[in-house]
Amino acid sequence: MMSKIVRTMASLLVLFVLIYGLYIIMHGHITPGGGFQGGAVFASGIALLIVAFGSDYLHKSLKEHHLSIMESSGALIFIGLAFGGLATVFFYNFLVGSPIFGHIPPTGSNPGDIWTAGVIPFMNLAVGLKVLAGLSAILLVMALATTIMEVEE
Amino acid sequence: MTPGIPFNVPFLAVAALIGIAFYIIISQRNLIKLVMGLSILASGVNLFLITLGYRAGGVAPIYTHAPEGIMVLPVPQALTLTSIVIAVACLALMLSMLVHIYRHTGSIDSEKSRIMKG
Amino acid sequence: MRKIAIAVSLSVFIAFLAATALLIHPFGYPPSEMDDYIIENTQSETGANNAVSAVVFDYRGFDTLGEATILFTAVTGVVMLFRRRKRG
Repeated sequence: MMSKIVRTMASLLVLFVLIYGLYIIMHGHITPGGGFQGGAVFASGIALLIVAFGSDYLHKSLKEHHLSIMESSGALIFIGLAFGGLATVFFYNFLVGSPIFGHIPPTGSNPGDIWTAGVIPFMNLAVGLKVLAGLSAILLVMALATTIMEVEE
Repeated sequence: MTPGIPFNVPFLAVAALIGIAFYIIISQRNLIKLVMGLSILASGVNLFLITLGYRAGGVAPIYTHAPEGIMVLPVPQALTLTSIVIAVACLALMLSMLVHIYRHTGSIDSEKSRIMKG
Repeated sequence: MRKIAIAVSLSVFIAFLAATALLIHPFGYPPSEMDDYIIENTQSETGANNAVSAVVFDYRGFDTLGEATILFTAVTGVVMLFRRRKRG
């Protein structure tokens, strides 16, 4: 656990980092970005929390089985959406033209419309959930292991 | 805007990165430096994938407020995304195994930590 | 003897890499027809403004499925390697 100045500034700044990561995930079909990039930014926010507060203090409220539930549900949503278009082929985009997320943008340069692109925003959310839970679990488990090894020797 | 870069400088940079990475992997005995050499090799290959898909005077393949000009190829960028995630996963597993090697044999020198000699 | 063999093979390999970098197509003029089709027809077939996201999730969604599996396996392996044994 670091000094009082570092802890105060980290708890103020981590909110902006997490919201920026979620913004990149959600706008993946209009602007550059998407599931993988936004998940990596979110995990770097969790890394800021681990460095500022210490992994023992963080382990009291963020346990591994919460992250495991988030990662598994992201994988299941991705597979479920892939099976949804099985009437034509395996990964068919079955929501283009339907009332949910089904607008078609005009050809050429245009200001972006968020209700476009069919099944792609849901896939961005599923992959973003998977990547942020996976990278946060790796960071948390490795940080916990270093404190245990200091006690044993 | 660039009329033509002489002597293919980005491809020579990729060749230099891959050559340095192979020299590190062959000649170092410390296991952490070996893992760093593998990471440099992964970065060189990702750079090669992106520079294969550049068109002279091109813009990004996004249609929102797009400026005038021809677009660069989007498929190598998609393959590079997958490659970066796979490199991160392999790096995490290699470093975890390194921690276990140190705990069981007491050193991270590749000559002193061989316990399966015939 | 061993050092000479390693030095010779490494320099042959680096010369091969440099020759390939000089003889490949000129930088900035790639030969491609598949990407022309993708850039023309992204907005009418998938409805997305971002061509890279459309390629990752729609035209090549199967590669993304394999890569999600790799990430899942790696996270499982790391968490399993750092499990604490129960005392007593």
